Amino acid sequence: MTAMTETRVATQVYRVYIKATPQAIWDAITRPEWTARYGYGGRAEFDLRAHGKYRHLASAEMRAGGSPEVAVDGEVIEADPPRKLVLNWRMLMDPEMAAEGFTRLTWEIEPTQGGVTKLTVTHELEGTPKLALIVGGSLEKQGAGGGWAWILSDLKTLLETGKRLD
Amino acid sequence: MTDDDLVFKALADPTRRFLLDRLYKRDGRTLTELESVLEMTRFGVMKHLRVLEEAGLVVTRRSGREKLHFLNPVPIRLIHDRWIDKFTERRISALADLKHELEDTA
Repeated sequence: MTAMTETRVATQVYRVYIKATPQAIWDAITRPEWTARYGYGGRAEFDLRAHGKYRHLASAEMRAGGSPEVAVDGEVIEADPPRKLVLNWRMLMDPEMAAEGFTRLTWEIEPTQGGVTKLTVTHELEGTPKLALIVGGSLEKQGAGGGWAWILSDLKTLLETGKRLD
Repeated sequence: MTDDDLVFKALADPTRRFLLDRLYKRDGRTLTELESVLEMTRFGVMKHLRVLEEAGLVVTRRSGREKLHFLNPVPIRLIHDRWIDKFTERRISALADLKHELEDTA
């Protein structure tokens, strides 16, 4: 066979199973007192309806690293608590990433057996190569954090143990 | 079997590690793309992909008529964060202690 047409897919998909209720996970994603406690931290502010505003305020640590006051901004496309949240999502921490523009981020929350909930994050990263590197965890050695895999690992630890990763 | 057992079992096979490497290079591939570089039947590749999916290392998504396979790094991250970090940290601090001791007595 000769040259196969390879469709370029810039989407990244992350999945984690967490022993917590869908509502607890929904709260951890959407409530500022929770978002400050895992991953990159910082308080998220949502107007949880279609076309509602979304912004994620920079933590002290992010601001020390040069982030503007608002680290991420966007808009709610769909909010179906505690099942699905679809956002337009733009990273503002770095001017180059901000210039790449909006991406689509989908959180899906599904209960499974035994009080375990499946959480899937789908990040559509068409035309945002720099953002794809940071959320893919490729810039961790440069101090940019471990992206979605790290955020979800930390979130699982927080919800299951009440503590953060060391 | 625990989740960790499934991950270790899935990783304990060169074909499955090769498939993960392919997805790491470029994510969101079809079965046809993944099998094209392997000397293996379509059925064989499907079986390996199923083991990877059960371990959570591969997540599939439908896109039109195609089923795309995505590498999910979270299970490996969980093992890293809970296990490997712990042991490498201790080893590194043991080496640091040894270095101090040797330097102090020098």
